[in-house]
Amino acid sequence: MEIPKSFLGYKRENGRVGTRNHVVILPVDDISNACAEAVANNIKGTFAIPHAYGRLQFGADLELFFDTMIGTGKNPNVAACIVIGIEPKWTKKIVDAITTTGKPVEGFSIEGSGDIKTIMKASQKAQEFSQWASEKQREECPISDLWISVKCGESDTTSGMAANPAVGNLMDKLEPLGVHLCFGETSELTGAEKVCALRGKTSEASKKFMKTWSDYNDFILKEATNDLSESQPTAGNIAGGLTTIEEKAFGNFQKIGSRKFIDVLTPAEEPKKGPGLYFMDTSSAAGECLTLQAAAGFNIHLFPTGQGNIIGNAIEPVVKLTGNPSTAKNMKEHIDLDVSKILKREMNMDQAGDELIKTTIKAASGRLTCAEVLGHKEFIMTKLFRSA
Amino acid sequence: MANTDVIIHDKKDNVGVVVIEKVNKAQDCECWIMEDDSSTKIQSISDIPLGHKIAMVDFNEGDTIIKYGHDIGKVVKSIKKGEHVHVHNVKTKKW
Repeated sequence: MEIPKSFLGYKRENGRVGTRNHVVILPVDDISNACAEAVANNIKGTFAIPHAYGRLQFGADLELFFDTMIGTGKNPNVAACIVIGIEPKWTKKIVDAITTTGKPVEGFSIEGSGDIKTIMKASQKAQEFSQWASEKQREECPISDLWISVKCGESDTTSGMAANPAVGNLMDKLEPLGVHLCFGETSELTGAEKVCALRGKTSEASKKFMKTWSDYNDFILKEATNDLSESQPTAGNIAGGLTTIEEKAFGNFQKIGSRKFIDVLTPAEEPKKGPGLYFMDTSSAAGECLTLQAAAGFNIHLFPTGQGNIIGNAIEPVVKLTGNPSTAKNMKEHIDLDVSKILKREMNMDQAGDELIKTTIKAASGRLTCAEVLGHKEFIMTKLFRSA
Repeated sequence: MANTDVIIHDKKDNVGVVVIEKVNKAQDCECWIMEDDSSTKIQSISDIPLGHKIAMVDFNEGDTIIKYGHDIGKVVKSIKKGEHVHVHNVKTKKW
């Protein structure tokens, strides 16, 4: 198949391209969720991203919180953004950082005026943003404007055999065209860590990976109260035939095809070394991983599943594929691409990769994914430790 | 092409994965090795569901399971060729 050279996206002020045109109402903290949701309810064409944190965090945990919030607002899938927090200082910090993209942003703080007046003021601004954004049109953009993140979930042995290598095949075909790519799941590479480290493009990248993996593994072993056999692999993984974390890791690792990673990113860190594959230090929990990848600026996500994970994301469209014929049949409404014919040898990996490229470009150009149609908007903060 | 019942990732692997809904006990299974597009056969001695592994050789306690050409864990209870390989007879070496 000749690989399409373009897709239809929204060109943003800073040169990035969005696959979506969201107007987001972003609460800074847990107690501002009600206000943000009221604004989103008032003003059509907007939605709120409620979450559980943003109060009394400190140190590295606070920094990651800001990186996640700011990165979410900066993501090119967001056309414009309203930020609502209890206090003005943290609200302003987030607004100022998002403003550097050139997109419309406005902040509101609730303290001293209450929910109702804040909802009124923020709703007026949200109406302006919603109507402004609705005039934006999709334009033809080079495929290199795609920033594709990947993460698998509810994996089984079909993941490592069909859906994950299909993603790997897509990576092998799209990386030479200048696409940004990102994989994560530090803990889920356990058992394959040495093989993964060999995929660093430079010895520096390899060393950085091993250090990141070792730190995460030390943390897990320090906190573990049992042998983790019910957490990694999960009960769902085991039902699907995966026996050990090593087996899961080698299956997981198929997602990067034969690519090498340029650099190792900290959670939510924006890649700065140009196009190519990046590894990001993330948890293997889908909601957390996707939220960090979206905050780093990735504009479309590929999610291979075995037993049928149903995850979506607040701002990044999630394309789901499976190699498990039972999942493709019984959870049809969640699956954007069925590659289970690989198991019957009625489809080869080259064909599966091509089908996935077509599905990805369609979704990037505006076709709603299953997760979007079903209303999945997961936004899950990675919390490093307890608040002060 | 004969129907494939079991897929083996790598020539070095000592387990295969069932890719039909279920392999029945004493079933003669057609196996396809992805790495070099070759074929082999195995007779099952257990019922094995879709996605679960079948032993391609006899294993003793302490042996290593190889899949994707790599070490994926240790045998904790001896396994006969054709038997179901899973959490009841294999454990991680990691945690």
